[in-house]
Formats: sequence, C-alpha cells, structure tokens
Amino acid sequence: MVLQLMTERWTGEVSAVTIGAAAKDGGTRAYSIKIGGEKSLPCLFKEGTLPNKPQVAFEVFDVAPNDWPNEVLKPYGKSVNDPLEWAQMCVQDFKARSLCIRLLGAHPDFGNKSSEEEAQLIKKLLEKVSVPLIILGSGDDAKDNLLLPAISEAAKGECCLIGPAVQDNYKTIVAAALADGHCVIAESPIDVNIAKQLNILISDMGLPLERVVINPTIGALGYGLEYAYSIMERARLAALSGDKTLASPFICFVGQEAWRAKESKIETLPEQGIIWEVLTATALIQAGADLLIMRHPKAIEKVNRYIDNLMTNDRTQSSK
Amino acid sequence: MGLSGLDIYKLLPKTNCRECGFATCLAFAMQLAKKAVSIDECPYLSSEAKAKLEAQAQPPIKLITIGQGETRLQVGNENVLFRHEEKFYHPPGIGFILEDNITDSEIKDRVEKINGLKFERIGQALEANLIAIRQNKDAKRFVDVVKIVSSNTLLGLVLMSDDTQGLKYALEVLKGKNPLIYHATKENSAGFAQLAKEYKVPLVAQADELEEASGLTVELAKQGVTDLIIEVSGKPMPERIWDLTQIRRLALKKSNRSLGYPSLVVIDKNDLYEEIQEAATYISKYAGIVLIKNIESWAVLSLLTLRQNIYTDPQKPLQIEPKLYPIGQVTDKSPVLITTNFSLSYYTVLGEVEASKIPSYIISVDTEGMSVLTAWAAEKFTPHKITETVNKFGVKGIVSHKHLVIPGYVAVISGELEDESGFKIIVGPKEAAGLPSFLKNLQYG
Ligand code: SF4
Repeated sequence: MVLQLMTERWTGEVSAVTIGAAAKDGGTRAYSIKIGGEKSLPCLFKEGTLPNKPQVAFEVFDVAPNDWPNEVLKPYGKSVNDPLEWAQMCVQDFKARSLCIRLLGAHPDFGNKSSEEEAQLIKKLLEKVSVPLIILGSGDDAKDNLLLPAISEAAKGECCLIGPAVQDNYKTIVAAALADGHCVIAESPIDVNIAKQLNILISDMGLPLERVVINPTIGALGYGLEYAYSIMERARLAALSGDKTLASPFICFVGQEAWRAKESKIETLPEQGIIWEVLTATALIQAGADLLIMRHPKAIEKVNRYIDNLMTNDRTQSSK
Repeated sequence: MGLSGLDIYKLLPKTNCRECGFATCLAFAMQLAKKAVSIDECPYLSSEAKAKLEAQAQPPIKLITIGQGETRLQVGNENVLFRHEEKFYHPPGIGFILEDNITDSEIKDRVEKINGLKFERIGQALEANLIAIRQNKDAKRFVDVVKIVSSNTLLGLVLMSDDTQGLKYALEVLKGKNPLIYHATKENSAGFAQLAKEYKVPLVAQADELEEASGLTVELAKQGVTDLIIEVSGKPMPERIWDLTQIRRLALKKSNRSLGYPSLVVIDKNDLYEEIQEAATYISKYAGIVLIKNIESWAVLSLLTLRQNIYTDPQKPLQIEPKLYPIGQVTDKSPVLITTNFSLSYYTVLGEVEASKIPSYIISVDTEGMSVLTAWAAEKFTPHKITETVNKFGVKGIVSHKHLVIPGYVAVISGELEDESGFKIIVGPKEAAGLPSFLKNLQYG
C-alpha cells in the first residue's frame, strides 16, 4: 500500500531582507546577513525552500544595563560599561555574526544623552566592528524622533536595521531609513491586523516591503509566549497564502523578555535563566522567527547549534 | 472530515417515525452531526449505515490512556494543526528513560527525583507523566527493576524491551496499572499484539518510515489491537518534524485511520540543552509522548512550562476568580493593589507581593481574562468597573487608609478613578518586578 502524503502548495513567500552593506554595496561591513525568503513553514523543507537560516544577534547597550540579572552580566565583565569594548567582545570572543545596539542612554530617564553624542557612538562602533548592525532607539517616542534620524544619517549606506516604527510614530523613522538606505523594524502589539496595517502605512511612504522586519512583540516562556507564537503562525500562514503585507520576516526580542522572568533571576539556579532564554528562542523558531535578539553567550551558542541541526540535517534537501 | 447533517440524513430511513424522540429523521441527523445524541436511539438503521456512522463518530486521532488513577495520561483526540484554529486538547506526556543496569539504590533515587518533578505556575499544577524502564540485561533484572519502580511511583510506566518473555513477567507484575509497551515492529508484531491483547494495554508501533508505520498499525488492528501509539524513529530533527506533521495532517484532513493515533518520540541526546530543545520542538509540533533522559529540575520546569503555554486555550485566557485576595497577615493598614483577573497578571503580582514580605490586598477585577493593557484598551478595566469591584468587595470597610494602587500602565485613569471611587489613587510600577521596592517605600500622603 502506497501512502499518499499531503503536501501544501503555497503561492506566497516571505520577503528576503538583507541587513548590512559590504564595500561592493556601498557600506563598510565585512558581509551582510540575509533573513526571510521562506516558501514553506518552519522546517518543512519538502514543501518549499527555506533559503536563509534564522540569525541570532547579540544585544549591546550604550550604557551599563540597570536591569540585567547577574547571570547574564557576568560573561561580559567590565566591558558592559563601555559599549565599544562590549561590542568587540561579542564579535571577537563570542563570534557574534551581528549586533543589536540599544541606545537606552538617550532616554530622558536613563541619561538623556544627546542625539549628537549617540550618533558619534554609532560612527565609532561602525569603525570598531564590521558586523551588520541592528540599532534601537531609547524607547521614548519624542526623543527617538530626534535621535533616530541622526543615527540613520551617521550610519548612512550601511544598511542597518533600525527601529522601532510603531503605528502612531513611524513617519520620521521611515523617512530617515528611506533617505539613508536602512531597513526598519515595524513593531505591533501582538496583533496581526495592526502588523498588517503598519506594513501598509510604511510601504505607502515608499519603503519597499523587502526592507521591513516585523516585531510581533513576544512574551517569554511562561509569560505569554503562546500569544506571539500563534500570531506568528497566523501571519506566516497568511504570507505563504499570498498576503504580501504580512510577508515580512520576524524579529524577536528573546533576551529582553526571557531575562525579565522570575525564573531567570534565581541566583542559586544560574542555568535556569539560560534555558529560559534558550527555550523561548526554540519555540519562536518553530513559529517562524527569523532574527533573534539574545543576551547570554551560552544561550546563543545553544540556539545557534539548534539552528544548524534544524537547517542542515535534512537528507532530502540534496535529493530534491 | 466529519459528515454533515445532510450526509447523515441520507443514511437514515427517512420515515419520520419519531421513535428517536425527534419529530423528523432530519432533526435527528442534525443532532447526530453535532454528536449530541447516540445513533442507538434510532432502531431502524441498516447495519451498513450504522457501520458508516460509527466510523465517523470516532475521533480522527484516537484517545489513548496510559497508567491509571489520578496520574493517568491521556493523549490523542486532537482536532487541529494550529493552536489558533481551536486549541490543542491533550498535553503530551513527558517521560524519563530509566536504564535497568544501574544499582537498585540509584534506581530508587532517580524515581524519587522524578516523583518530585512537580511545580505550580499561574495556578496550574505542572507534572511529569511517565517513567520508561529500558531493558539492558536479562528478563529477571528487567522485572526486578519494574517491581522497584512500580512500588515507588504512581506515574504511568513504559516498558522498553524487545523480549516478549521479560515483558510478559513485567505485565503480570503490573496488572491493572495499564503500562505502555514499547515497541512492536514489523518483525515482532504478532508476539507483541498477543501481549497487548492479553493484558489489555496500549502498544507503541515503531517503524523507520511513515509508510511502514501505517502498514504496521493496519496489521496490528487486524489482530485486534487498536490502542496504539506511533513512533517513526531514528531520523534527524527536520525529518521527524515532517513525519509528525504528516501523521497529524493525514489523520485530520484525509481521515487516514492507519495514522489516527498519537505519536511518540524518544530523544537520544546526551547534551542536556540539545535534548531539552529537541523535546520542546516536538512538544510544539504534534508529539503525544516525549521520552527524555535528563531529570534536572530546572530543565524539566522549562519543558513543562512550554507545554503549558502551547496547550493553553487560545480562545479562553487562563483566568482567576475576581476577588479581594488577602496576601499574608493583612491589617486595615495594608495596601490595596488593583490588577486584572488574567491569571498571568494576577500571579505575577502575587509573586512579587509575596517576595516583598509586605502583607497586601490584591483585587482582581473581572476583565474576562484580559491583561492590564488589553483590558484597558477594550474598556474592561475602566474607572467605573474598578469602582464597582472595589465597592462590591467592601474595601472601604476593610482598610482604614482609603488608598488604591493601580498598575503603572493605566496611570491615565487615576483622575477619573479618584473622582468615581472616592479613594486616593497611587500609581504603581509598570512591571510587577518593581513592586517590592515600591511597596517598601509606599507612604500614604
Ligand atoms: S427513529 Fe430513526 S427512522 Fe424514526 S424518526 Fe428517528 S431517525 Fe427517523
């Protein structure tokens, strides 16, 4: 008896987004990374190509973080006090393929650094490390509307991924990204319709959807993970069925959420925080995550190995 | 998938004799389609129609029970491929493989540790389900270990052995305990089917390929064994995900009976993280049972939490009863904290209040299980609603200070809430993590 398998034939695909510009593309990065481009659900190679592996970026702050538990600060030692040193450590010691720099120090409550100061920092950072960069504002809308255009200009031509753009504050950042050749993070609060709406607004301004990455806003393992999990599955199914406005890769702030969990802060159980970050990432990869922003080097190492196992163990790839 | 009311109607006698208690055959058919009545109510069904209806009344993925009593595990009977379509019903069993070639005291020690893998999160008990005993030596040793384990645990057991004689002894010892036999293959199916029938226990049907597995379950069903669990073994992770997906799809969408059983996965990884990550993958992607080796409590907690997340009903967020909850030795001076009745919100606040060691009242407002921000946006967490709740639980008579603490995220409602409730409003931190230091510095001005 021959078993008739059931194979989906998808008509749509996720757009492929390139982050980082090397010399040939007018930037100074050593290489660029590509995310997205899926023509199938996670791991289901037999129904369509999954050309790009999920990527993990190390998260670096411009000021020493005030809310990271000890366990995740420890591996970085004193370098958390100096963003340039910290960034270099991620690349040299921990082999980071990309970095996510968060400009928390520009926030009115956390140092209120000026846009010029932060723009200088980004310039120095681009000299210090040659990996592709993801750059986040301070989290204060008013400040970010001044800060992000300055940052965008400082990194002109480097094809960074900058953000966040949200539904009621996206114009300034999208205009800056358009002018300076960057990609944008479109952030929506665990809501497919808002994600879709925001993508439409952004593309109406002329930024092609190949330069947009969706932040679906995740919760950590045990803290609402399942909401983002299902939102991502729904959006990905829509994308594969041909909805272009949801066909963007996902960025997930795994480290930020996982290290806020109560379970990650127990001093006597240092590995619990690591596995919390690892499993949050693992589950989201199964829901379609493309770019994971993480914090603990050991967690990142485990997740990278998992991604390799997922993406290279497939015997059928070659025979196809 | 299932037959519609009209499909069923076509199979009925269409005489409208009313003996089923319905005015017409059509009315009866509609109720049958909803599975609200039994086909036995109609005495005039042809045997052919009866067979058809009985087949369709069965769930597409059979529900299989392992173990007995309160700790029994039930897996299968799922209806969807994606949790947002409806929900996943039966959380996969998580079990631990115990080799029989370690010493008796090591075995007792491990069993005790496994028994202790119990946690509570947001008001739900999280527990591991199974112990799988794997034969490495002779039948006698296997049976001895089965005895030790079964007298030291209430968890369901899996017997991992190729030796029918050893299994027979073990099943004799475990009579009434409904263990799972692992595993029948193409080569040994006759002997294993015999055992499963004789002792009325569920059986794993194992094959290297999907097609072979489907053939094997058909063969076993012919021999009268249908309490089955499928394992397609020995493949790398992406192929296993493909197989698990196919099994689920074919059972649900193509009504393929030969694959209409729960699946089992054995993970053979020595690295703890690798093992836990793989287990998490299969928990997300359709496994009915996942067997692992590590019993490290923090790792198991993470897996059980993931299972809880994935198997939460997406239509109905976990809720707690809207109430005034006194935490610790409260007095009329204790602070009153307002939150929603979304379990996650409440238990996060509760955890921080307990950690602060400052006795407090927590009021959970009925927001239909929505979190603070969602509820506020949906107008379920309004000044009016909060005032109503505060009055209903008689807060004015319970505390003397006339202050309420609200979550930082809804600071905007303070003015209106102050007017409406007559209480002074203090804006608390946005994140519950800020509560301990907030409570320590709290003063009523
Ligand atoms: S008992 Fe059977 S034949 Fe009579 S009305 Fe009901 S369904 Fe129709």
